[in-house]
Amino acid sequence: MLSCVPVTSVSSLAEAFALLADRPRGLRVLAGGTDFLAQVNAGVGLERIGHVLDISRVGELRFTRLSGGLLAAGALATFTDLARSAPVRQALPALAQVAREIGARAIQNRGTLGGNACNASPAGDTLPILVAAGATFVLGGPRGERRLPAEEFFLAYRKTALAADELLLRAEIPALAPGERLAYRKVGTRAAQSIARAFVAVRAAAAGGRCSGVRIAAGCVAPVPMRCRAAEAAVEGRALEPALFEAARGAIEGEIRPITDLRATAEWRRRVTGNVLVRLLEGLAGPPRSGEDS
Amino acid sequence: MPDPARMELSLTVNGERRTVSVAPMARLLDVLREALGLTGTKEGCGEGECGACAVILDGELVNSCLVVAAQARGAAVTTVEGLLADGEPGALQRAFVAHGAAQCGICTPGMLVAARCFLDGGAPATGEAVREAIAGNLCRCTGYVKIVEAIQDAAGMEGGAGGGAAVPEGRALAASGGAGSGGGSGGGDGLGPPAAGRP
Repeated sequence: MLSCVPVTSVSSLAEAFALLADRPRGLRVLAGGTDFLAQVNAGVGLERIGHVLDISRVGELRFTRLSGGLLAAGALATFTDLARSAPVRQALPALAQVAREIGARAIQNRGTLGGNACNASPAGDTLPILVAAGATFVLGGPRGERRLPAEEFFLAYRKTALAADELLLRAEIPALAPGERLAYRKVGTRAAQSIARAFVAVRAAAAGGRCSGVRIAAGCVAPVPMRCRAAEAAVEGRALEPALFEAARGAIEGEIRPITDLRATAEWRRRVTGNVLVRLLEGLAGPPRSGEDS
Repeated sequence: MPDPARMELSLTVNGERRTVSVAPMARLLDVLREALGLTGTKEGCGEGECGACAVILDGELVNSCLVVAAQARGAAVTTVEGLLADGEPGALQRAFVAHGAAQCGICTPGMLVAARCFLDGGAPATGEAVREAIAGNLCRCTGYVKIVEAIQDAAGMEGGAGGGAAVPEGRALAASGGAGSGGGSGGGDGLGPPAAGRP
């Protein structure tokens, strides 16, 4: 099993970029390894792996900071880091909360924000939150840096916008302003150690019974973590009342593209996604509850 | 030029400096079991769901089936073998024996290591905290109740507060002296008889 594959472990971005500039054949980037190694152990895609770049100890990519209303989280911030980070808890508590709901401690200690994004599973738990929050992904390599809205990073099922010589460096997320909230609901088979079957996140400011600045994202219901623009348009600026909730339900049910797999049927995912969106909007209409951002 | 398919891996395992020659993509699990002969660490699922392969890597609980050798260079690793104190089971292992917290035993090494990591963190051993700490360690035999009680009991003993309240009448360990016959080298199987009064 991969016994002949060379591994280059680097401790700085400069070293990583030097290797990326050579574009070795079959290069795979290894961070925390919680997805990559599970695939290796299952024998998935081994023939395409020719060289492994281990960036897990690049300290430059392991940070969280809040400055000028912008939260920045390095690609190698672990889920444990995110859960404990004072800047994350202050600027986007939902990201700290969801980090505690990914696998269990041993996974949270190794798995990283960047790995979750680059693995690009439609069921990645941080991804609908990043999309709904309006995150910008900063990509970098020997040719320089570029920035992409989170939803443009995910091109197709497990396919990202990263070029062969690029790494995801960090996510930058506008901190919640006073009156703004980001609420989400992950639906799995149970609370602990479970993979999501449906996931909805909503960022919005509610004032005077209306929502503004609405961003909605869903997981597990399309090939990619999906920004739900029809649902956003149905909600933006409208009064938070039952007619709106039903319009939003119809919009999101119409735009998602769920499939049936071993975890749920397409019909179940569509209904639950609509139900969860309505529940989250009802919550926005009421006072902040514990366990939810305010 | 060195062979890219092999690496000299130096790491500290259970307090001892060890150097082995392994494939860089070898799993830490295999380094421990095959190269170092430490077979206490078990492989269960190979995908990070079950926790049977849990070890402590630089102070953090990890699944050793999801860490590669190259990532463990220079690291400090504690396996279940490293939980012995002066060659004897410590309070945590003795509590597992006393409570009957092991049945088939496959989950037990990972469970003990996860519990050790939790106890080392110093957080209060409430039932909820213990359950969260071992949420990544699956046991298909015990139903977890005895495991949680054993960890809480060990927390009480290690905290110097004597036996924990979770110990049923007649099953509390003496503050010293171990768990009777469980104190030998075979104690790790968790099947030694606990104190008198076991139902």
